[in-house]
Amino acid sequence: MRNPLRSEDEAFRFLIAAVVAALVIAGAAYVNTWLGVAAAVLAVAGILWWLKQEPVPGAADVPPKITSETPPGVHRLLVVANETVGGAALLSTLEGLAQPTTELLVVAPALTSRVRHWASDVDGARADAEVRLQASVTRLEATGLEVRGEIGDEDPLVAIEDALRTFGADAIVISTHPEGRSNWLKQNVVDRARERFALPVTHVVVDIAAEQNQPSKD
Amino acid sequence: MAAAHAEHLEHHGPPAPHYSSRVTPGVLGMFLFIASEIMLFGSFFTAYFFVRVVNGTPWPTPPYHLPVYVAFINTCILVTSSFSMHWGLQSIKRGNVWGLRAGLLLTFLMGLSFLITQAIEYSRIGFNTTNGAFATIFFCLTGLHGVHVFVGLSILGFMTIRAFRGHFSAEEHHGVEIGGIYWHFVDVMWIVVYLTVYIL
Repeated sequence: MRNPLRSEDEAFRFLIAAVVAALVIAGAAYVNTWLGVAAAVLAVAGILWWLKQEPVPGAADVPPKITSETPPGVHRLLVVANETVGGAALLSTLEGLAQPTTELLVVAPALTSRVRHWASDVDGARADAEVRLQASVTRLEATGLEVRGEIGDEDPLVAIEDALRTFGADAIVISTHPEGRSNWLKQNVVDRARERFALPVTHVVVDIAAEQNQPSKD
Repeated sequence: MAAAHAEHLEHHGPPAPHYSSRVTPGVLGMFLFIASEIMLFGSFFTAYFFVRVVNGTPWPTPPYHLPVYVAFINTCILVTSSFSMHWGLQSIKRGNVWGLRAGLLLTFLMGLSFLITQAIEYSRIGFNTTNGAFATIFFCLTGLHGVHVFVGLSILGFMTIRAFRGHFSAEEHHGVEIGGIYWHFVDVMWIVVYLTVYIL
């Protein structure tokens, strides 16, 4: 639905629509008050219908992909993972992608429920993410890579976009649980990341349960 | 927006702010402010509804009369002020600084005449807030709108001063845009108040 207060042009057009509606309502009210009320109801419905029909500016445009740059001589990898960082598949992928000057940033989204998200009750989720993040950073540091960690937005795509603004990266690695156990795969996070970011996105599936023989979920 | 974000990624220095909304912060702030204002007016209109429709109070309550035609002239003045506001903004978008100055000055003067006319109307109307629910609701609705016009005039005043100081250009006129949105909102609210209080 078009926002009539999005810009001064939109607000002015909305005013014109209100003036036209007012003339119709005033004319109807001159005949009979209740006719005026009926005209007012119809006018409001008509304006709402008009706002719904009007195309939202830019809505049909395909947003350009977000790019990123790193300083010369530096190679950076952005890793988005939660419980899967310790997985062998991810570690071997990172070792394959890493170069001598590689810097790693691990972003752990603060996962929370929808209700808690709307209530802005994210402290618990951030505390849990901090615990997972510390464990992740410690595991990766043990491999000899230069690593630091950050807690990100619960939406992994927003977390990536936020991290790219301060970190910059040459590539993104998204680590998930296998299909069927991964909420991120259900939400199509990897494909959406490839559409949104003009960086190579590597998807690594880590079956922690198979490795540790315990059920888990991201 | 993402292109602008991409440019910011090349920025050297403190990280650029992250706009998670497609709407710029200034417009978003004005939108939220106006949303709260709609809720405020909504509460007064709810009171009007209960007084007039639920309670069946005659409107206007005899022996009082509402100056419908004076208010109609006032409505025309306010609507015309929105046109001059829009003209001023379109002028500065084309780089016409004097057009902006003239538009803002005209808008300010028309807004001021609206308020003065409203004040004169109050002094001659023949009733006050102690004369029953009808009178209270009348003064509350029109008075609340009058306060908003006063705030709008203050914003317009600052915009006009800045315009005459040369602060706005074809590239930089966001301050006029935001003030323009508010002024049109005030105008739309007056149309609603006028129809509800004076016409229906």
